[in-house]
Amino acid sequence: MPIHDQGYRRYGGGKLPRGRAWTVIAGAGLRGLMRKRAFLALLLVSWFQFVVRAVQLYVAANFPQAAVLAPTADTFRDFLDRQDVFVFIVSVYVGAGLIANDRRANALQIYLSKPLTRVEYVCGKMAILAALLLLITWVPAIALLVLQVLFAGNFSFLQANAYLFPAITVFSILEVAMVSSAVLALSSLSSSGRFVGILYAALIFFTDALFGVLTVVTGTTGPSWIAFSKDLAQVGDAIFRVRLRYATPWALSLAMVLLLVAISWIVLERRVRPVEVVA
Amino acid sequence: MTDGAATVTLEGVTIAYGAQTALRDVTASFARGAVGLLGPNGAGKSTMIKALLGFLVPAAGRMRVLDLDVVSSPLEIRARVGYMPESDAHIPGMNAVSFVAYCGELAGLPRVDAMQRAHEVLFYVGLGEARYRNVETYSTGMKQRIKLAQALVHDPDLLFLDEPTNGMDPKGREEMLELIRDLAHNKGVNLILSSHVLPDVEFTCDEVIVLDKGKVAAQGPIQTLKQPRGQLYELRVKSAGEARQFFEHLQAAGLDCHTTDEDVVRVFVPGAEGARDIFRMAAAERVQVRHLRPSVPSLEDVFAHAVGEE
Repeated sequence: MPIHDQGYRRYGGGKLPRGRAWTVIAGAGLRGLMRKRAFLALLLVSWFQFVVRAVQLYVAANFPQAAVLAPTADTFRDFLDRQDVFVFIVSVYVGAGLIANDRRANALQIYLSKPLTRVEYVCGKMAILAALLLLITWVPAIALLVLQVLFAGNFSFLQANAYLFPAITVFSILEVAMVSSAVLALSSLSSSGRFVGILYAALIFFTDALFGVLTVVTGTTGPSWIAFSKDLAQVGDAIFRVRLRYATPWALSLAMVLLLVAISWIVLERRVRPVEVVA
Repeated sequence: MTDGAATVTLEGVTIAYGAQTALRDVTASFARGAVGLLGPNGAGKSTMIKALLGFLVPAAGRMRVLDLDVVSSPLEIRARVGYMPESDAHIPGMNAVSFVAYCGELAGLPRVDAMQRAHEVLFYVGLGEARYRNVETYSTGMKQRIKLAQALVHDPDLLFLDEPTNGMDPKGREEMLELIRDLAHNKGVNLILSSHVLPDVEFTCDEVIVLDKGKVAAQGPIQTLKQPRGQLYELRVKSAGEARQFFEHLQAAGLDCHTTDEDVVRVFVPGAEGARDIFRMAAAERVQVRHLRPSVPSLEDVFAHAVGEE
């Protein structure tokens, strides 16, 4: 090659094995979000409850007169319950545009002209949302469990509640799977992230409102299966072995959660395509 | 490689969108180097490229790209080809260098190599100075260039370029065509250029496949297709009325002819008789020929002949 030719050169280096594209998508997505100050502020606020609970655990462990603050399994269930508001906000803020923005910019044909499958693309996008949701549910809940052991200086609470670690893990995974699948599916239906956010909020609030109406009409909380947020709460109660809050069998609630995940994946399978064929 | 030196082969490929058939029993072979995929809008050019990328599943037939079967090895093919889509396409929220490096990573390049290649390729396509700008702020011409950059970053063996000069100003178009020509002729990249703009294909490609209504109308080296199997003439008659009348008469006599922008009729006369036939017909029709001279066939003539345009 002549010394003046600084133009196009053939690539002589190696290529990574296939199947890692989803990590590239997830990594790029997370790095992009971490550069946004508003999002970092949101993450910070979502950890506020953790700080409050940490203080509660410290006081209960070090001041006998504050025994009323001593943690129980309910403490951890309640913690995850209260984090739901941040799960909702992060889902709308991050998840609504994940596929919708790509649809708006015709990016799907760029992605899928590279050596990656549609499943890898969806997994990459889902990993972005799932990682952030776990960061505000599973990570602080487990951190609280660890803090409890550290503040108490013994394992007695953990031994007495050995199921808490798997319960936190299973519930967090179930919640993240349901929320991220539903938001991504909605995101694949539109090219406007804003519209998707409104749609997701409508799905949650409408089913909640419907449950409220049906509860008043029937005089029982049996129809809670109709609201996805209630289904998740009911399954959470069952996982944490606390008293169920609704009259619906938890297995039915679990079936509804799994049904929503399944429907979401069917929608994603149909919508995430490089070419939209309108027959 | 399949079919001697072919980069892409199609055997009896039929693709339909519901009841609408876009490609009908297409059999074609794309040679190495630069091959133009020519045809009017709706001829099936973009459909063919999308099918070769595995985006569309054919109802019938087989396709091979770089000696790999499209149905069974789509990922292997996509690792070795670059695709520049026709429509505006980018990853939102990224500057040019991040976007191109990201595409390189998606194609399997290690992160550091992808970033280095992104810088190189952006300079090559003429976006070096604008590489830190958000892609969404780019002009149409710049967006075309960045689409080429993302298709090149992983150093493909074969490039699919779908209408690469769409929306570009004359200078930008010329530069883009120079880039494409350089890639094919000096950098050893095979490419398939889909276009309805004849001069673009003629400038950049050595071979051409003409599609019309989902079928292959002509294929082969451009120079061979332009070889006359008779003689082509430029003809001008006394008045516009006579021209129209004589044009119809020539067509009725089975001659290939079409009008140009300058009231000149281009007539292809098969066989050795040439001008004598035209003068004979003009005399019979009492039409006064004002101008008649032999002409060199252009790709436009080949195209018009292939798709049966007037």
